[in-house]
Amino acid sequence: MPPAPKTLPLRCESDIVQARREVRDLTIRLGWSLIEQTKFVTATSEIARNTLVHGRGGQMTVEEFSRDGRHGIRLVFTDEGPGIPDLVLAMRDGYTTGNGMGLGLSGSKRLVNEFDLQSEVGKGTRITLVKWIGR
Amino acid sequence: MERIPILKMGEFLLVTIQVDMHDQLALTLQDDITSRIAATGARGLLLDISSVEIVDSFIGRMLVNISLMARILGAETVVVGMRPAVAITLVELGLSLPGVRTALDVDKGMTALRASL
Amino acid sequence: MSANQLLNTTLTQDRDALVSEWVKIQLSVISQQGLISESGLREQCTTFLQLLVASPLTRFDAGSKPWSDLRDFLTEVSSSRGRQGFTPTETALFVFSLKTPLFHRLRNAAGADSALAFDSLLLASTLLDDLGLFTTDSYQKTREDVIRRQQQDLLELSTPVVKLWDGILALPLVGTLDSARTQVVMESLLQKIVDTGSDVAIIDITGVPTVDTLVAQHLLKTITAARLMGADCIISGVRPQIAQTIVHLGVNLGEVSTKANLADAFRLALERTKQLHKVNSL
Repeated sequence: MPPAPKTLPLRCESDIVQARREVRDLTIRLGWSLIEQTKFVTATSEIARNTLVHGRGGQMTVEEFSRDGRHGIRLVFTDEGPGIPDLVLAMRDGYTTGNGMGLGLSGSKRLVNEFDLQSEVGKGTRITLVKWIGR
Repeated sequence: MERIPILKMGEFLLVTIQVDMHDQLALTLQDDITSRIAATGARGLLLDISSVEIVDSFIGRMLVNISLMARILGAETVVVGMRPAVAITLVELGLSLPGVRTALDVDKGMTALRASL
Repeated sequence: MSANQLLNTTLTQDRDALVSEWVKIQLSVISQQGLISESGLREQCTTFLQLLVASPLTRFDAGSKPWSDLRDFLTEVSSSRGRQGFTPTETALFVFSLKTPLFHRLRNAAGADSALAFDSLLLASTLLDDLGLFTTDSYQKTREDVIRRQQQDLLELSTPVVKLWDGILALPLVGTLDSARTQVVMESLLQKIVDTGSDVAIIDITGVPTVDTLVAQHLLKTITAARLMGADCIISGVRPQIAQTIVHLGVNLGEVSTKANLADAFRLALERTKQLHKVNSL
């Protein structure tokens, strides 16, 4: 059984750097290829920033898992920010509320195997990223 | 405060990014570059990202902004040394870096800059 | 005395002798003698017994903390055996071969108390079964990783990228392309572009009978990635049927240059890299 989940705060910019580093180290330890590492760490960066900027700060939980020959990582980003009013709109390519390129959420989805977004206006947001290697 | 150094190479400026940038550092870099272009009258800017392992939408936006601002100040920008893994990830993310010229390395970047002068 | 206590005592008393018998059984089965030295094996067995005695000595629970040291040790043993090329049997045997010498000792220690004998044998058997199966699982995972990497290497080797001229690469694709193979091939093409500092890469699909949506998308993504890096791609060997497929699939080639054959693509590449004059004068 893999080690216990680890939770990191996402309260300031350097936390985003830390989150990237943590995930990167784990992907290296699990022997992922360079491309798999790059994709997953980039997705981490996107969602971590989203949690900090739009979610007004939150946390990220990193968890290794093993299931039917698949060995991978699950990241759960949570915040108690304003929430996302229109989930469909938020996941559309090119949509943005800031002055960014607005591809953080929809783009990240393509970099991982599983992507889950739950949000409630006034309550907060929970985004889960899962990526594995193997079957 | 840490800053990314900007080197002058003839009429061009060379910026080599080697650290995992946090957002503030990226914003400081943008400011430093624009000031330097204005101060030196440089006609070209080379952004060397060959050591950069992760380019997310924030950094992508930074590259686009720098290109745009430099052009307004009379300098062409070429981003050089993008790693294959980074390129593949950007394509998957859907980031096209509009208006950003690229080259495989600093030499080719300089050739491209000279050709456009 | 409980079964648990009896097991604990038996595993602690006269440990060296137990280890010796255990090691002897394993060595008689391991085919390639060179894979592990006798002293190395002794050490592994002794460590295992130490960790086992320190554990709860109940049903093995891989996820809980009291079992973590033993679990990590077994993972390391089976992973390294997986990497070194031990057979699955040889790896599982590490745990299972402990049964015979251990059971003899438990039987003797229990003496006339047949209920105690039965309980302790059952406890030991179930525990070792769990641990043995766990070892097999870890071994399996490691083998899968090794195979995956070997497949990757093979795929890269089977689709070589050719340098046609200064700054011009060619990637002749042959046979049916599946999604996995295409990805590997494309990644290696991009790396070769960096390694050789090439400005143009010609992807020749003359030898590819059909192109489906997934493959067409991979091709497009690779070309876009190459352009992002500062290199150009040309697709050559596009036959009429494939052109139709591409149009029907709605794949937008945009600014990607395509040529009917490699020679035309090469000529275009020479023009783009301003080297056409070098060839013309030959």
